[in-house]
Amino acid sequence: MNDIRVPEIKTVAAPEGIEGAGFFATSLEKVVGIARANSLWPLPFATSCCGIEFMATMGAHYDISRFGSERPSFSPRQADLLMVMGTIAKKMAPIVKQVYEQMAEPRWVLAMGACACSGGIFDSYSVLQGIDRIIPVDVYVPGCPPRPEQVLDGLMRVQDLARNESMRRRNSPEYQALLESYNIK
Amino acid sequence: MADPNEEAAAQSAAVTEEDPNKLTNARVLANLHRMFGEDAFTDVEEPYGLLTATTTRERIHDIIETLQADEEMQLNFLTTMCGIHYPDHEGKELGMIYHLHSLVHNVRLRLKIFFPIADPVVPTLTDIYATANWMEREAYDFFGIIFPGHPNLIRILNVEDMDYHPMRKEYPLEDGTREDKTDLFFGR
Amino acid sequence: MAVNDTLAGTHKIIEEAREQQHNQLIPTVNDFNQELTTLNLGPTHPATHGIFQNILQMDGERIVSGVPTIGYIHRAFEKIAERRPLYQITPLTDRMNYCSSPINNMGWHMTVEKLLGITVPKRAQYMRVIMMELARIVDHLICNSILGVDTGAFTGFLYVFQEREKVYEIYEEVCGARLTTNMGRIGGMERDFTPVALEKLRKWVKEFPAVMREFQSMFDRNRIFMDRTQYVGGITAEKALNYGFTGPNLRAAGVDYDVRVMNPYSSYQDFEFDIPVGTNGDTYDRYLVRNEEIWQSLRIIEQALENLPEGPYHADAPHYYLPPKQAVYQNMEALIYHFKIIMGEIEAPVGEVYHSVEGGNGELGFYLISDGGRTPYRLHFRRPCFIYYQAYSEMVVGQSLSDAIVTLSSMNVIAGELDA
Repeated sequence: MNDIRVPEIKTVAAPEGIEGAGFFATSLEKVVGIARANSLWPLPFATSCCGIEFMATMGAHYDISRFGSERPSFSPRQADLLMVMGTIAKKMAPIVKQVYEQMAEPRWVLAMGACACSGGIFDSYSVLQGIDRIIPVDVYVPGCPPRPEQVLDGLMRVQDLARNESMRRRNSPEYQALLESYNIK
Repeated sequence: MADPNEEAAAQSAAVTEEDPNKLTNARVLANLHRMFGEDAFTDVEEPYGLLTATTTRERIHDIIETLQADEEMQLNFLTTMCGIHYPDHEGKELGMIYHLHSLVHNVRLRLKIFFPIADPVVPTLTDIYATANWMEREAYDFFGIIFPGHPNLIRILNVEDMDYHPMRKEYPLEDGTREDKTDLFFGR
Repeated sequence: MAVNDTLAGTHKIIEEAREQQHNQLIPTVNDFNQELTTLNLGPTHPATHGIFQNILQMDGERIVSGVPTIGYIHRAFEKIAERRPLYQITPLTDRMNYCSSPINNMGWHMTVEKLLGITVPKRAQYMRVIMMELARIVDHLICNSILGVDTGAFTGFLYVFQEREKVYEIYEEVCGARLTTNMGRIGGMERDFTPVALEKLRKWVKEFPAVMREFQSMFDRNRIFMDRTQYVGGITAEKALNYGFTGPNLRAAGVDYDVRVMNPYSSYQDFEFDIPVGTNGDTYDRYLVRNEEIWQSLRIIEQALENLPEGPYHADAPHYYLPPKQAVYQNMEALIYHFKIIMGEIEAPVGEVYHSVEGGNGELGFYLISDGGRTPYRLHFRRPCFIYYQAYSEMVVGQSLSDAIVTLSSMNVIAGELDA
C-alpha cells in the first residue's frame, strides 16, 4: 500500500535568530553564508583521470546538482569554487594560477585526487608536486581517483567553509598575507 | 587407418603448401638483402618473431622510402619510432628504433640505428610519413636527437625552456623540489 | 667542443623552425575581403574534454590553419617505467587511457608474459577478453555520448552514464576499483570471477541492449545530429594510413585493420565478430563505427560468457604471480616469493619484445627492452592518440569552429594517452 514514496523536499534550515510575528532577525553574515553555501558554482578544471570521475559525479547517478552546483561554470569570472581534478604538469601550472587569479572573491579551491593534492604517484620531473605550491587550497580530496561520494563529501566540506566564513575574512591581514605568500595580487 | 605420423606430416606439408606467397621473415630478409645489399644490415635477429636489423643513419631514409614504395612487401605503415640511450656503448650512445608494419601481409620489421651522442643527427622521415612529425619531436624532446629538415623541431611534451633532455640515462626522474621524501640514511 | 658545436647547431635549427612556424601563423592576405583573427582555443576550453591548445587562424567562422600544442599533462610514464619492477608498471598503464584501463593493464601483462614465455590458461584468457570488451564498450560510450553533448544533446550522456555505472560495479566486483583498475596480474587474473560478478555481468549483458538501442534511436537518424556530423572532419584512407591512424578512426575511413583479428591475442581467434568499417572517415562514420563496435563487443562478451572454460585462472609463474595470502603465512617458499615480488627483486630475462593490443582508440603497443635487470631498460608506449592527433590541425582546415569541436570529440583524444 505504502509503496508510493512521496519525495521529501529538503529545505535549508533557517539560521539562529529572533523570530516574532511577521519578522525574523538574524545577522547578515549568516544569511550570506547560507546563500553562498547552497549555490556554489564550480569551475571544473579537469585534466585527466579525475575528470572522468567528475563526469560520473555530474551524471544522473551521483548528481552533484543536489548540492547547489547545478551549473558548472566554465568561465572563471562567474565561478566560486575551483575544482582542480587531475595531474597538473609544470607546463600547466601557470594556467592554473591564471585561472585562479581571474576568479572573483570569495573563491574556494578543491584539490581532487592524489595528483592535485601532492603529485600522487608521479614524482617526476614534469609534474607539479601538488597544486598548493602555486595556489592556496581549501579542501583536499585524496584518492586515485576518489570515488564520486568522496567528491561530494569534499564539496560539502567546502559548503561548510562557505557557510561559516566571516564576511570580513577576505579583507583580513592573514588572508592578504596568505595571498602574498603565493605572490597573488 | 592412416599412420598418425604420416597424417601430421601431410598436414604440415599442407600448411606450407597452402600459401606459397606468404611473406615470412626469411623472405623479407632475403628481399632486404637483395634490395640494399648484404652489408646494409648487421645484427639481424628475430626476437619473439619480429625481424630486427641494425643499419646506419646514412641509409635509413633511403631504406624506409624504398620499402614504402615496394609493391611486393608493402611495408608501408610506420607503427612507431622511439629513441634510446646506451651510455656505455661508446660512439653508439644514442639510437633510433623504427617499427614498420605491412598491413597487407601482416609482417613487422624493426630497424635500428645507432650514432654518437656528440653528433645526434638523423635524417627526418617527415617527407615520407606524416606521422613521423610528432614522433621525431618526441625523440628530440626526450633524447636531443636532431632531425635536419624537420618542419618544426621544437619540444613537444616538456616546457620549452627546459635545458636538458630528460630521458637520457644521466638525468634523474624525481622532482628536485620535493623535500618530504629525503631520507638522511638512504637518500630517496 | 663537438658537443658545443652540436648545441649551437640545435639552437640554430630551433630558431629556424620557430621562424618558419611564425611565418605559417601569419598567412599572406591576398584576398582583400579576408580578415584573419587569431583564436586561442584551449588549453582549458570546456568543450575540449582535456587539455589541448590550438591556436587557430580564423577567417570569420572558417578555420584557415591551426597550430596544436600538447604536453600539458606530461607525466613522464616512460621515465618512471625505467625505475619500476615490471608488476609496478601496471598502475601506470591505468592512467594512460583512463577510459578503458583494463585494456591497457592486460596489454601490459601480455607483453610481459610474451617476454617471459608464460602461457596463460584458457579461462584467464576468456576472463581477460570479457573485461577488455567491457572496457571497450565503456570507452566508446563515453566518446559517443560526449559527442552528443557537444552537438547539444545532454540526454544521451545521462542515459549511458547510468549504464557505465553498472559496468563500474562489475569492475569493482572483479578488481575492487572503478576507474584506474590495476586489473589482473602478470600470469592471469588475481582472482576468479565471483558468483556476484558473473550474475551482474549476465544481467548487464541482457539489459544493456535496450539502453543502447534507445541511445542510438536518439542520434542515428536525428536530422540535427546528422547535419552537424556528416562530412565534418573527414579523412581519406591513404592520409589516415600515412598519419598512422589505427582503431575506430582508421576503420571509419574504410581500412579494416584490427589487431584483434590481425594478430589475435588472448584467444580472440575463438570468437566470431565483425569489424565495422565506414566510408568517408568523417565524424558521423566514426560515431557509427563506434556504435557498431559496441554491439560486436557485446557479441564477444556473450560468446565468452557462454563458453567460459573451467580451470585455473592464472598461470603457474611463482616468480611473478603473488602466492595466496594464506600460503604466505604457512609456507616458507610462498613467503620468499612474496617478499621477492613485492620488493622487486626478480630479474627479468634479457630481450626485447613488441606487443600490441587493440585499445579503445587503436593499436596500443608496448615496446619493452630488458637488459636482464629488475626494471625495463627502456619501455616505449605506442599511444594511438598521440599519433593520430597530429592530423587534427589538417582535418579542421576549412571547417567552422563548431565543427572543429565536434571533430575533436569524435576522435576521442584522451589527454593522458596523448601526453604520456
